[in-house]
Amino acid sequence: MSKHAIDLTLNGQRRSAGVEARTSLADYLRLDAGCTGVHLGCEHGVCGACTVTVDGRAVRSCLMLAVQADGCAVTTVEGLAAPDGTFHPVQQAMREAHGLQCGFCTPGVLMTFAALTGGEARASEEELVSAMSGHVCRCTGYQGIRRAARALAEGTVGAGAGAAE
Amino acid sequence: MKPAPFDYERPASIAEACRILSEAGGGATVLAGGQTLMPLLNLRMSQPFILVDIGRIAALQGVSRGGDGTRIGAMTRQADALADPLLAAHLPALVTALGHVGHHQTRNRGTVGGSVALGEPAAEMPAAAVALGAMLELTSVRGTRKVPADGFYIGPYMTALEPDELLTAVTYPDWPEGHLVLFREVARRPGDFALVGMVGAAVVEEGIVTRAGLAWFGMGPTPIRMRQLEAALVGAALAGLDAHALAALGVADSAPFDDHHASAEYRRTVGRRILARSLREAFALKETA
Repeated sequence: MSKHAIDLTLNGQRRSAGVEARTSLADYLRLDAGCTGVHLGCEHGVCGACTVTVDGRAVRSCLMLAVQADGCAVTTVEGLAAPDGTFHPVQQAMREAHGLQCGFCTPGVLMTFAALTGGEARASEEELVSAMSGHVCRCTGYQGIRRAARALAEGTVGAGAGAAE
Repeated sequence: MKPAPFDYERPASIAEACRILSEAGGGATVLAGGQTLMPLLNLRMSQPFILVDIGRIAALQGVSRGGDGTRIGAMTRQADALADPLLAAHLPALVTALGHVGHHQTRNRGTVGGSVALGEPAAEMPAAAVALGAMLELTSVRGTRKVPADGFYIGPYMTALEPDELLTAVTYPDWPEGHLVLFREVARRPGDFALVGMVGAAVVEEGIVTRAGLAWFGMGPTPIRMRQLEAALVGAALAGLDAHALAALGVADSAPFDDHHASAEYRRTVGRRILARSLREAFALKETA
């Protein structure tokens, strides 16, 4: 049972930690780093609630070891909004489209959408909806999420177009 | 659940990885993308003493072209392979199959080599390797050997890979430009393992099928090559092809079983239908029966 020193950038801040080899990135983020917005549903990669971005890509934090994130830039849902609380566009889109009900799956959905629409990435509505196959919403609130995806793809977030039909 | 304790090693080179595997005497498991292995660890279905993370070995990354075809380094992520221009140009069947492997989020971590090496019988990558005639490069401290994908798979998650060996690359032979792609799978939800699936390629020259490679996934304990169908296709004129009869021939080379997802009979029925449809579509055949 080896222990390992890791250095990573978490939500823009450098962090160092010592982790047991078997500690998942999800458990490290929740229990050590306090990022409890990382939700753990199934712990075997099916539900998508634990999705975070690692070096800009959406990944399952339950299917990655904390030690594997050594040297990487990790962003959780806590890192999306601006320091003053201004929503990230994906958060704004989900809010306008009523894209959440109980909210358990929401952090994962947000991170997938953020990875696919941030910076240079300009995913189409189809690509966003296809990536949603990697998330399970047990409230079955998919239509709201779908509207948020459309608003993100069409660039109409904040224009009121994403509101409930 | 959480994994049982293990030691973790992150070798920087293939040689170092092979040395660790050799010294571990079978107690080590290779961690590539982890998208199948991590669930097995979390569920404690796998409890290795040592996990050997090959994720930082640069020599295992990337796609290249050579005299024997297109070579994919074992650690090449599925998402990168899916977007690779060389693969799009030379191996469209593989790219089509890749689009059905897991989800966007798991393809960002999962690797081509990891999926090929694990040998999940319902997975797309092992069947694509068998159908397209891929050669697997297996490296250990004893040297490197090349093994055809067809023959590598022994049973569910059982392969010809020795405990001290590392799959370092998969090389797919060239299929001529404009070859036909056959792919169909049936799964309950996108990203699930297929209940039944088939993948392959074929070449038609002047109305005659000159080459065909097809394999099933989810239709037995391993990916299964459709030998009888391939033999019937090669040399046959398109005008004389009967998709219905050919599909029955394809199913004759399957060995599906009953499980809690579907019965063997269901798999045979669905397999026959998707194969017939795929043949009709690829060869532009008319509906017969």
